[in-house]
Amino acid sequence: MDYAAVVILEILYMISFIALVSAGLAVVFGMMRVINLAHGEFVMLGGYTTLACQRAGIDLWFSMLVIAPIVVGLVGLIVERLVIRFLYGRMIDTMLATWGLSLLLIGIVTLIFGSSAVNVPTPIPGYQLGAYQMGGYNLFIIGVTIALYIGMWLVLRYTRLGLIARGAMQNADIASALGYNPRTVYMVTFTIGAALSGFAGGVLAPLTGLLPASGGGYIAESFIAVITGGAGAVISGTLASSVLFGTISQVVSFASGPVLGDIVMLALAIVLLRLMPTGISGRFFRNSQ
Amino acid sequence: MKFWPSIGRLRWGWFLLGAAVMLLWPVFFDTHTPTILLVWALFALSLGLMWGYAGLLSFGHTAYFGLGAYVYAISVVNIGESTVPLLLAILIPAIVAAIIGAMMFYGRISDVYMGVITLVVSLILFKFMSATAGDQYAIGDARLGGFNGIPGFAVLNVPGLPDVSLFGVPMYYVAAVALLGCYLISRWLLARSFGRVLVGIRENEARCELLGYSVPAYKTAIFSISAAMAGLAGCLFANWAEIVTPSVFSLRSAAEVIIWVIVGGLGTLVGPILGAIVLGMLKLLLSEQTVIDNSLILGFILVVVVLAIPRGVVPALQGWFGKRTRIRTQRAVHVRARRRVAAPAPGRTS
Repeated sequence: MDYAAVVILEILYMISFIALVSAGLAVVFGMMRVINLAHGEFVMLGGYTTLACQRAGIDLWFSMLVIAPIVVGLVGLIVERLVIRFLYGRMIDTMLATWGLSLLLIGIVTLIFGSSAVNVPTPIPGYQLGAYQMGGYNLFIIGVTIALYIGMWLVLRYTRLGLIARGAMQNADIASALGYNPRTVYMVTFTIGAALSGFAGGVLAPLTGLLPASGGGYIAESFIAVITGGAGAVISGTLASSVLFGTISQVVSFASGPVLGDIVMLALAIVLLRLMPTGISGRFFRNSQ
Repeated sequence: MKFWPSIGRLRWGWFLLGAAVMLLWPVFFDTHTPTILLVWALFALSLGLMWGYAGLLSFGHTAYFGLGAYVYAISVVNIGESTVPLLLAILIPAIVAAIIGAMMFYGRISDVYMGVITLVVSLILFKFMSATAGDQYAIGDARLGGFNGIPGFAVLNVPGLPDVSLFGVPMYYVAAVALLGCYLISRWLLARSFGRVLVGIRENEARCELLGYSVPAYKTAIFSISAAMAGLAGCLFANWAEIVTPSVFSLRSAAEVIIWVIVGGLGTLVGPILGAIVLGMLKLLLSEQTVIDNSLILGFILVVVVLAIPRGVVPALQGWFGKRTRIRTQRAVHVRARRRVAAPAPGRTS
């Protein structure tokens, strides 16, 4: 019984992990059709921002929930102004430029923080579940992810900003004919996407530890989640594929070790992309957001 | 009849000059670093052939490079003599690429998804090979060794003579001959109708399809050929390094080869080779100092090239020189036309 609870909590945690690291990428890909290969580095930057603030004596919660998204959002804004805006409509070039950017960011962080692994302390102690010692922070991650997705849904569904965003996503030409400059919409979207990635990085920092190259660890999961989720549905598609991949990966991990879990998840993603090139949302939920 | 057979746009003069420099190099200089530069150049050539001419960008081409290295190491530990392992290191990446390519191209997957799938394939290999640390992960006598890789296997030997190993200067010549050979094969492929159709596909896929060419078959074929060359490069790399580790599959090496090709130039074969040699040299020099991180420079170069010269250095130079020669020809045509007075010469429209 306890074991079943542990398995279910681990599965929920994995689903939240994938959904959390994919959120920023999903917003950018869903609205702009830009594949940001520096996404993992934005997450990593969020973690390092939290670390720097915590070292400077700022409260850990404040630095991960507020400062990390703001700092990484600003980085995203600078990147959009300097690089991305020249490349709209050239998808492969954007992928290449953002890949260069990811190497550049790894280099800069290595210069500042050094290349050895560092840790952020975990602010929530573990607890006992029957015979098993569980990380209390995992529960916090699950809660944060649920809150984040509910928040994103509310913003997209009920605010003016969300209305403009959905309009631009459905038909950029009409949105611009109604007076919303697509360039501005893209700039804001990219900034928000980067801020979401920074948020994910800040929240995950106490769990994962930090390395300049640790962005590479997020990129596979978030990519396959967003791409198999499909471009048309930021929330439902990403959530659906997070649930799918999170469950499969954890079930296989419990059965035969964590590495095989990762590999099965990635192989499944390739097969799914082959079968449903428009993503899960393109196939099942056509009219959702 | 000309003395040299003409192979497409191959300029024999330049080719022989390059070959002579490469073959005479060991007489005057050390060969350790040039060997690896030639191997990287071959790897870049394999990607440049596919990306520059067929328009197919494999984000994880390092998967086939690494497969070549691993296949060679594993089979040479089991077999001992290096001829069969060398052939396997070319063949197996080609077969794997043919399977993955057929899956992607017959599924009509767009170029962006192709980028993601090829990247994921190399990530899978990286994760798998990094996790094979235990004794249970062994193929025959070869233990995969997890993150530490496979060390201490036999290097290439003269075919049929297992005792005569090729290392040092002979190894350099093997790499040089492999590069020159693959260059000639690429030129030859591009001069045939196969290569013309590939360029056609790059320019207008629908039109090629309507003309009756099976676009997925052509794409799968060039993907497989390119992977074979990458596998050969990986095999030579394993021989140079005398160890293979999972880092051959890493994101970092996947990015490096793309940077070499795009900086060197798309749509040329010399561009990727020069790009790999120059940037490979830069990488080796940078790794000797610790002030500036290597990825910072590489990333900066990639961003600047994509923004400023997206077609690469060599085509940009060609365009610059080409413009000057075109002006000269136009002037000549003009002069000739005036001499003839009556009818203007039919100038080439471009």
